[in-house]
Amino acid sequence: MTARATLATRQDFDHTGRPVSKVHTLRSQAPLILRPTHSKEPEPQVLRTGSVARVSLVSGAAGPLGGDDFELNIRVGAGSTLLLNEISSTLLLPGARGGRSSMRINIAVEEDATFVWMGEPIIAARGCHHVHTINIDLAASARLFMRDELQFGRHKEQPGNLLQNMRVKRDGQPLFCQQQQIGPAAVGWRSCAVLGQHKCIGTVLVVDPQWCANQPPTHLFSANAALLPLEGPAVMISALAAETWTLRKHLEQGINLLGGRWSVASTEPAREDRQADRHRRTSDQAIPISETIRQGNDYEYTN
Amino acid sequence: MAHSAALLLLADGRLPAGGYAHSGGLEPTVHIHGLTDVAGLEGFLEGRAATAGLVAASFAAAACRAAQTGQHALLCELDRQLDVRTPSKATRAVSRALGRQLLRAVTSIRSIDVPAQSRRDMHQPVVYGMAAAAFGLEPKQAALIVLHESVAGPAAAAVKVLSVDPFAVQAALARLTDFLDTLAQQAGEHADTPPDDLPALGTPLLDLAAEHHRNWGVRLFAS
Repeated sequence: MTARATLATRQDFDHTGRPVSKVHTLRSQAPLILRPTHSKEPEPQVLRTGSVARVSLVSGAAGPLGGDDFELNIRVGAGSTLLLNEISSTLLLPGARGGRSSMRINIAVEEDATFVWMGEPIIAARGCHHVHTINIDLAASARLFMRDELQFGRHKEQPGNLLQNMRVKRDGQPLFCQQQQIGPAAVGWRSCAVLGQHKCIGTVLVVDPQWCANQPPTHLFSANAALLPLEGPAVMISALAAETWTLRKHLEQGINLLGGRWSVASTEPAREDRQADRHRRTSDQAIPISETIRQGNDYEYTN
Repeated sequence: MAHSAALLLLADGRLPAGGYAHSGGLEPTVHIHGLTDVAGLEGFLEGRAATAGLVAASFAAAACRAAQTGQHALLCELDRQLDVRTPSKATRAVSRALGRQLLRAVTSIRSIDVPAQSRRDMHQPVVYGMAAAAFGLEPKQAALIVLHESVAGPAAAAVKVLSVDPFAVQAALARLTDFLDTLAQQAGEHADTPPDDLPALGTPLLDLAAEHHRNWGVRLFAS
């Protein structure tokens, strides 16, 4: 099966002259179904943004299965904010006649635009053969928040082959580039140098031009999770875990360390400033886990 | 193979390029993941070679070709592309420190054309590529040197960090030689690949280990 879907937003002005983010292209093709939705839980990443275009990606069929070829193109127009989330996890399955499946996601975020992408786990089932490619082009003043989770097989299952390519450019220059390869064809991926015996890996990538001057410092908040500042105004929160619930808690803990507009724990500006200050002072020191968990409880995932 | 003696010289652990002070992430991994034996070490080496090793080797091959053809801007681009493939700040710093030490060692033997645009120390794989070109070696040979270094360094450190039999460690290295040849072949084929499309295989556990290690008060190795 082949599917192409397109999503684009732009900034318009309402009758009072206030800027609003609007979806102006929404082209779905099964099984890539795009639906404008309302939020059902707090979304702190866009809390302080005036107007948000909100779209959910729904899977209209099982898969991707071997042989499928999907492409999703997203353009976040200048000044607009787009929040894209997913309704369910993605289960990668082998095709009836074998073959490779592929998914390409191309994202362009224009000047002063914000793209928040709350991805759900991608689960590599036994026998799958999938290549997952994400290409993001950011303008110099664009912001990005992207959550990405991979699970290696379902419960008590060894995964098939999955290659994930993730590439981010900012202002035409490379900012982030990583591949993860798992499955029987990937030599040494279970090594304790690569992914060990963990069941899932999660990444949150945040790009904020505000950090050109002052980047959040490295923070090891758990044995298997850390906040890593990249070369440029970006950070990566990286976590590994035995199951996705713990993984998400780790990622959330990392997000809370970002302070400012990105933190999910704080909703009042005064409080978040204090927190940001404290984290700056205690850079590189592990803070007690109980303390961060308490912050995390302000914001519960309900699904 | 042409210039085989030069290849051995560059790949020799006795080349005073500072590699002996580094365990390539093995020291923290032994403590975090409780490695105790040669089997665990071999798994570590295999995983490291297949990911970080292949990436570094591909960059060395590409840098060797860029140095052969005098493309200084490309060398700087490769250096920046290694930054975006290294999420850990500690690992980036180690790679640049090793690059500086290698460049110092090699420039005292041979004259090397260092790009004037580079204001920072260059990453080690890029310097290996430049050094290989200066000795008349081919991109695939540069890749092989880097792959050898990516396992020989941690293996030498293993004898100090773990209480394992040095002969058993060498046997593990010997079992990996065919695999390293395969990887060197793959990496050598990337000599003319555009920097954007070079391999970028991640090592999430090594990234975390490198950051933990940097915070240790007492440690045997610098990385």
